[in-house]
Amino acid sequence: MLEKVKEIVADSLGAEISTLTEASSFKDDLGADSLDLFEVVMAFEEEFDVEIPSEDLEQIATIGDVVKYLEAHK
Amino acid sequence: MLEGKVAVVTGASRGIGRAVAMKLASQGAVVVINYNGSAGRAAEVKEEIEKTGGQAETMQCDVSDFGACENFIKEVIAKFGRLDILVNNAGITRDGLLMRMSEEDFDAVLDTNLKGTFNCIRFASRQMMKQRSGRIINLSSVSGVMGNAGQANYSASKAGVIGLTKATARELASRGVTVNAVAPGFINTEMTAELSEKVKEGAAAQIPLGSFGEPEDIAEAVGFLASENAGYITGQVLCVDGGMAM
Repeated sequence: MLEKVKEIVADSLGAEISTLTEASSFKDDLGADSLDLFEVVMAFEEEFDVEIPSEDLEQIATIGDVVKYLEAHK
Repeated sequence: MLEGKVAVVTGASRGIGRAVAMKLASQGAVVVINYNGSAGRAAEVKEEIEKTGGQAETMQCDVSDFGACENFIKEVIAKFGRLDILVNNAGITRDGLLMRMSEEDFDAVLDTNLKGTFNCIRFASRQMMKQRSGRIINLSSVSGVMGNAGQANYSASKAGVIGLTKATARELASRGVTVNAVAPGFINTEMTAELSEKVKEGAAAQIPLGSFGEPEDIAEAVGFLASENAGYITGQVLCVDGGMAM
């Protein structure tokens, strides 16, 4: 799961996959703005076949948060 | 040209929408002719496009219905795999003096003209963002630019479309999606055919170029904004009105 999430983040945000860790923050480390975040969430939704409602975006700040969220909503 | 592109034109069974659908098809796009009530006339537009070697499909959707728009856009993407051009043209009028205008007449016009435009953009923009390219063209009106007595609801909806166009243009610019508005003046369609001769004469007197325009005049402007050539234009309102608003 973590590897797949990293792959999607690297792909959507143009980041180097080897620099990504669970602690990587979308905003602070990867410079993502709200539109970037929306796009990466779209990619997660498609890959993992889940719906992530806008209200839940507040829980997602780092790559680790995504993994936690997806595991809880599988 | 627009070969390989998929275009959605709302309210395309007649008037300006019909001319826009024909124009985009002639430029090579596959055109989705959206209609609400006029299935028969939408089918005629499709036939006409196919006769001239173009590709088109008809799809019903009431654009004022948020959920219906979600399904409509999903269906387009499921069927054609992409969405490159969205022309928000569907619109209605319920003219009358403001002091006598019912709440229902105000809401109906806002729901179709403004909210309908929002609804389609809301679902189409996701696909365009993913594609990193797209063209959204919203039909405003000279009434939205200058105001028009007897059209408080219509003018408000069309001015709203301009604000929506500019905000969306700013949001989507970084993803290669341009968003512009075309503001027609008085155009010879069924919508203006309802006006009395006296009103028509008065309107024509306000037009520097002296006469009503044709749906094709608007279609040309939309065809340009939809093309690759218009890639550096976003957030603009192009008035095609014989010089009424300047």
